[in-house]
Amino acid sequence: MSTTDAKTPPNPRVAALTTREAIAAVLPFLEGHAVACANGFLSRWVCALGDRDSHFYMIGSMGLASSIGLGIAVARPEVPVGVIDGDGNVLMNLGSLAMTAALAPRRFRHVCLDNGVYASTGNQPTISTRVSLEAIARAAGYADVARVADVTGIRAALARQAEVVGPTFLLVETAPESGPPAPRIPFTPGEMTARMRRAVAVLGASGGPPG
Amino acid sequence: MSAAVEGGVDRAREFVRELLAHGFDFFTGVPCSLVGPVIAELEPHGYVPETREDAALGLAAGAAFAGRMPLVLMQNSGFGVSINAIGSLHSIYAIPCLLLVTWRGFGGKDAPEHLVMGKAMPRILDAIEMPWRTIEVDAMGAAVAWARRTIEDRPGPVALVVPPGLFA
Repeated sequence: MSTTDAKTPPNPRVAALTTREAIAAVLPFLEGHAVACANGFLSRWVCALGDRDSHFYMIGSMGLASSIGLGIAVARPEVPVGVIDGDGNVLMNLGSLAMTAALAPRRFRHVCLDNGVYASTGNQPTISTRVSLEAIARAAGYADVARVADVTGIRAALARQAEVVGPTFLLVETAPESGPPAPRIPFTPGEMTARMRRAVAVLGASGGPPG
Repeated sequence: MSAAVEGGVDRAREFVRELLAHGFDFFTGVPCSLVGPVIAELEPHGYVPETREDAALGLAAGAAFAGRMPLVLMQNSGFGVSINAIGSLHSIYAIPCLLLVTWRGFGGKDAPEHLVMGKAMPRILDAIEMPWRTIEVDAMGAAVAWARRTIEDRPGPVALVVPPGLFA
């Protein structure tokens, strides 16, 4: 007997990576990048697991982390940019995948942690278990696209994508969290703006010619 | 609303000169016919066509983090789309941004889809505590100077509203 109705299939990610494990594997590859983090629990986990001055934690404006990262990349092409996104955020701003592919920033590492749910509001399902977000990124024209489901896969894909000139997209299958979320972001929004502006200026000053 | 307005192209040129003179140096948005001539003048200055107005605000926020002074242009229909980005991104993070918002539905004379927002826009701008002014035809420089000064005094979003007939 199934307890699942036809419109909400079971989440196939239950045995996958935790968000924490995925973020811990991703963060070393985004050192030296200006990083925009999607709102909700994602930003809180990134902040708790490996805060850097070059991280921007978006606490509202769901969907716009990728647009913010793209804006940094367009304004300062010499600054490498990372985006730590979620499936709900990507789905809310699919146009951003088209914009990123169209503007083709040279060093733009888009990572989507896809747990198939809106974790911050109580794990209600998204549609990402039925629609492949990396296929949309590929169709839009990202220079390199991959889908992985374990730490080894994350490391191999990000090591390869680090050498790619052009925007890259990595979809990481993760499991919905069951434990308590990370603490709230300890900085005020104004503090985050000030430190992000300083960090981008520093990265810009130290960045070499576009790779 | 897209018929050419006498002097509109010249005013668009003058307006863009004022923007550049006041340090605005990153331009994006989603078109409205009322600012068509302005977009044409901004294209040589790197205008980025966006897919949605709130995404344009996100793009502009990133540009501001990178030290730029952004302008985002949009129709007031797109202002409706943008309200959450204004409230939960630009306002609370004190991110500088000039919104150039056209006033479709002005005076209740427009296509039906513009009438509700056209009537409500001034009250919505006030309700979200957005500093804003309507651009007067003989005081465009003063409007841009006010916008820049307001951003300096209190970093965050400000809006200039474009009435029909100013540029197009």
